[in-house]
Amino acid sequence: MSEATAQATRAKKRSTIGWLRLPLIVTYAFLYIPIAVLVVMSFNASKTPFVWQGFSTRWYGELVNNELIREGFINTMIVAISATILATILGTLLAIGVARYFRSAIVEAYSLTPAIIPDLALAIGLLAFFSLIGVTLSLFSVLLSHVVFGMAFVAAVVIARLGQTDASLEEASRDLGAGATTTFFKITLPSLAPGIIAGALLVFTLSLDEFVIAFFTNGPSTPTLPIVIYSMVRFGVTPEINALAAILLLVSFTIVLSAQRITRLTDAV
Amino acid sequence: MNTQPHTQSHTSATTTPLLSIQHVSKAYDSTVALDDVSIDIHPNEFFALLGPSGCGKTTLLRAIAGFEAPDTGSITINDDDGKHETNLLALPPNKRPVNLMFQSYALFPHMNVRKNIAYGLEREGMAKDEINVRVDEVLETVALTDKAKARPNQLSGGQRQRVALARAIVKRPKLLLLDEPLSALDRKVRAEMQLELKRLQHEVGITFVVVTHDQEEAMSMADRIAVMHDGRVQQVADPVTLYTRPANVFVADFIGSGTLIPGTASTASGTNEPTAFTAHVSGSPVLPAINPNNVIGESILMLRPEHVRVHTNTAEAALAGTVVETHFYGGSSVTAVQIAGLDTPLMARQPGAPAHRVGEAVALSWNADDAIILTDTSSTP
Repeated sequence: MSEATAQATRAKKRSTIGWLRLPLIVTYAFLYIPIAVLVVMSFNASKTPFVWQGFSTRWYGELVNNELIREGFINTMIVAISATILATILGTLLAIGVARYFRSAIVEAYSLTPAIIPDLALAIGLLAFFSLIGVTLSLFSVLLSHVVFGMAFVAAVVIARLGQTDASLEEASRDLGAGATTTFFKITLPSLAPGIIAGALLVFTLSLDEFVIAFFTNGPSTPTLPIVIYSMVRFGVTPEINALAAILLLVSFTIVLSAQRITRLTDAV
Repeated sequence: MNTQPHTQSHTSATTTPLLSIQHVSKAYDSTVALDDVSIDIHPNEFFALLGPSGCGKTTLLRAIAGFEAPDTGSITINDDDGKHETNLLALPPNKRPVNLMFQSYALFPHMNVRKNIAYGLEREGMAKDEINVRVDEVLETVALTDKAKARPNQLSGGQRQRVALARAIVKRPKLLLLDEPLSALDRKVRAEMQLELKRLQHEVGITFVVVTHDQEEAMSMADRIAVMHDGRVQQVADPVTLYTRPANVFVADFIGSGTLIPGTASTASGTNEPTAFTAHVSGSPVLPAINPNNVIGESILMLRPEHVRVHTNTAEAALAGTVVETHFYGGSSVTAVQIAGLDTPLMARQPGAPAHRVGEAVALSWNADDAIILTDTSSTP
């Protein structure tokens, strides 16, 4: 008994961080100082991006008026929104199929592969595939490519959610007189909703700033935002890029935080 | 040897059974879950399927509900006093006139209590007003009117159980199946809900079929019980018959406590006339017993502790032995008597404090019709 108490006290001591606070602070500084610099510099009045000359929202204004960036933004939105919708539907169906009707570790592993293999490999593979079947590279081929990996991410999240839900909910629905379709829409989908929403938001953020795959599978006339930024940066970083990055950061942060919040809220129910 | 241990009680067999299960078998790969199960369940009965885990009781319940398909056999429901017969196995679960209350209750977490209960009626396409009336009615029956707006996660275990029950009975099924309805509740609530279930069954007039592994639960609630083991029905009878006239050693052992004495039965009376039983203990004494199950040859004599009398005077002895332990339980006491040649001590229960000391030589006696000769199912392969 006293042995156990002593152990508990020791565990408690170990759980207080102590001198480990230092590496923690250093790590966070390493992670967030570049981001902070970026955000601060986006409000810099100076044209040279790394010399502070006073506060200004000038670059945000210029950003809106930049034709290239606006076009890239629209293209990116088209891809991100459509890829999210398609990947969410397909990924959810894939997850339900794999988890409920085709229990096999190999099938499950294959369904998640596109999320795990290197982007470069996936990009080259997709490019080869598109040229093989004769698809003209365009925004549409980027969209399809984003659906491929997006679907895998949605499936991963939804399979995890399916593992937590009581399978007898669906049986109860059948027992109470509901057909298979009603059961799917009234019981299965709502009980998976937190997972589906989290998966969708994940796909949206991933698609928003995806560069490698878009670079390989896009046509020349419809650059997405990351490609536009890349071509701009080749001639030096402008404060405009800082402003753009700050906005993207804000969007991603908001989405990730709300995804976490939604999952936590609905998990409590 | 008796290979068909089924003995149907005929107490209420005069009416047409509501549910008729005939020769149902089901195997998964190499394991047999149900082996030629035949049971008749009568209207308004509170019926229990009792057995240890893995005995096939849940499989049978799920087969009635439509979530398992038996390999062979038939399950039919008789409406209108047998004028109309429905083959359940031909219907999908959502078309069967039975409802199942799940062990986990399976309440829909994204719906409040009212929505949960209304779900089944909405599926029938019932008018909204009528649904509201029916839901209000059933909420009152289970005393949850003030919880109508609550989500399942805001309810206690007992309240959840009552919502699950309300959701099932609001459909007014011919038959309500309950899978371990009380196992998720703690001890105190469980005792309350036992009475509550019995009251509700009486009130709503629906036939209940309860699956349980708890023999006390089954004995206290059910009108009749089917004891199952290894996928087979061992005995179907009312609680008193199960206790006093078990069909075999498994039932005797599973229901209540008792001492089992191996021996040989020589006369097959088939009645409650006293008959002779030669025990395999030292001295091979002939013990008073009855043989209602018609067992011949190697068999087991079962004695309930409360039927065994302990005497100091060895003259009256059916068996003689030495007291090895005494236990006092307040209202009664149990004396364990070691008989030479018997593996476990023989238990005798008397009212009041123990009357004998440990180490004392005593004699044991009992009435012949309290000692039953049983088939030894444990030794048959």
